[in-house]
Amino acid sequence: MFDIDKWQEIFHTIDKNRLRSFITAFNVAWGIFILIILMGFGRGFQNGVHHQFDDDAANSLFINTGTTTLPHRGIQPGKQINFDNEDYNMIREKVEGVEYLTGRYYVSGEFTVRYQDNYSSFSIRSVHPDHLHLEKSIMIEGRYINDKDLMEKRKVAILGTKVVKVLFGNKHPIGEYITINGIKYKVVGIYDDLGQEDETKIIYIPISTAQLAYGGGNRIHRLMLTMGDATLEQSLEIQDKVHAMLAAKHVFSVEDKRAVRIFNIWEEYIRWMGIFDGIRLVLAAVGIFTLIAGVVGVSNIMLIVVKERTREIGVRKAIGATPHSVIGLFLMEALLITIVSGYIGMICGMMFIESGLLSNLMLSFGFPMDFFIDLSVNFTNAVVATFILVFAGTLAGYFPARKASRIKPVEALKDE
Amino acid sequence: MINLKQIQKSYPVGNQSLHVLKGIDMEVGKGELVSIMGSSGSGKSTLLNIIGILDGYDSGDYHLAGTLIKNLSEKRAAHYRNKFLGFVFQSFNLLNFKNAMENVALPLYYQKVSRKKRNSIALEYLDRVGLKEWAEHLPSELSGGQKQRIAIARALISDPKVILADEPTGALDSSTSKEVMEIFKEVNKLGKTVIIVTHEHDIAEGTDRIIMLKDGIILDRNFQLAS
Repeated sequence: MFDIDKWQEIFHTIDKNRLRSFITAFNVAWGIFILIILMGFGRGFQNGVHHQFDDDAANSLFINTGTTTLPHRGIQPGKQINFDNEDYNMIREKVEGVEYLTGRYYVSGEFTVRYQDNYSSFSIRSVHPDHLHLEKSIMIEGRYINDKDLMEKRKVAILGTKVVKVLFGNKHPIGEYITINGIKYKVVGIYDDLGQEDETKIIYIPISTAQLAYGGGNRIHRLMLTMGDATLEQSLEIQDKVHAMLAAKHVFSVEDKRAVRIFNIWEEYIRWMGIFDGIRLVLAAVGIFTLIAGVVGVSNIMLIVVKERTREIGVRKAIGATPHSVIGLFLMEALLITIVSGYIGMICGMMFIESGLLSNLMLSFGFPMDFFIDLSVNFTNAVVATFILVFAGTLAGYFPARKASRIKPVEALKDE
Repeated sequence: MINLKQIQKSYPVGNQSLHVLKGIDMEVGKGELVSIMGSSGSGKSTLLNIIGILDGYDSGDYHLAGTLIKNLSEKRAAHYRNKFLGFVFQSFNLLNFKNAMENVALPLYYQKVSRKKRNSIALEYLDRVGLKEWAEHLPSELSGGQKQRIAIARALISDPKVILADEPTGALDSSTSKEVMEIFKEVNKLGKTVIIVTHEHDIAEGTDRIIMLKDGIILDRNFQLAS
């Protein structure tokens, strides 16, 4: 196998038949290139989908108020349902499997927020301490809202990084006071968020403070909870239980799914994963067909090559070539071309992805890039794919080569 | 050197079988220069192919240099072709992507002679046929006569016992044919057995003995051309 003379003979043959060698090589390189691109595409999509859910806690319920749509105990449909602190307490105390629970009281509209001479308008969210985990906010300084803030209805505020940038510039905000519509709040923490930039343009204050300061009484607009590592079934059970409890308390039919609307992110996540699996399957199928096309291409060329070189085989056999050496000649040539071109295809594909050219191309074609993040290729996978094509290509070359080696010299030398 | 006993050979043609050789008994001694003649379809090429182990036969016995050539594995057949036989074809059968020297050297490649050594030996043999200056040329740049001389050099390089030529001058004009025939004669003088299949009287006349074939049997083992 490592007979230098044999390799010289093979290099010589490749060199003297450049077009044929080039076409074979291109076939293989292109197959690998497309395969690598598909792999990068798939990986990017996987990252994208994960990222969509990474921002918020995956295993959570969002509970919104609505109006009744079914008559219940003599009350006509159309009754507005509102949550209050009692609902929060009820879920906290009576529903098992709830990991984190928070309410949100929306202070309507955007508020003018001032620090010294700087002012701008930001959204205000008033929440419970557990909100930190639901939104997956990342504390970078200070603290989040705590139970004491809640109990004492303290006027404290937690600012997003964007808010800090606008109001404070380079100044240190912790301990400073900001004014929200005329009321002063002490800044106690700064957070960041992995989601969209708008997520860091929000100011969080304790829900009790907001209810008091902005005339909310004990109202809550929305309840949100997480369920730890509950399975889909368990989460649906919790969802049903919460719904039934709210139905009993607010007097509406358990069948009425629109009096209180519960949005199960877990369900959504699983649905997305299903779509994702489907797309991955499609990508895998396309990849496999690309591989097959590559293998068919190589074996096709090998068939033509064998046909074209039949006379040469006859001559070689007449002057003493063994069948083994004839197979070797063809196989080594196929192997050499496929390995070199497969490697080139792989490197080109990886460079195409890693350099960001692929993402730019996709962007220019209008792909929703939120769903494609960090297009990348696992080196091992790339090598395995290349190896498979090289192996299959060589195998595909083996059969024509074996056939060629068995042609009787007298047949091969026959004049056309 | 070559000993054939009751060699029979038939080819399938569609559903029928074409009986080409119908029992050939023939002997060629060491150092003989023999031509085989016969009209087309008489089986002379088939006979030569069997002698050259390029083709098999159905029944009978063929001894080459005392070895029975029958039901050989491809590997052994390749070995005998390489060691004992040298071929010269009507259509030269040079590899068109190799230059003259490389073509001549090819049989030594299969004897695992190093490239450098076999190329220098090839140059010697090219010199013998008067084509040393053409060593680097591709077959497409050479005339028919030159190609055939290269083919002869290739047949000789492995120092075989027997040279087999199938219509070696069939594609050449008469003056080049004469040159080629002269080379065969010289080769013969060196002690090699030479068998030439031909239908040209001029060529056959230059050989020691003419074997005349007709319809798959030997008509005459020592045919005399009418002058």
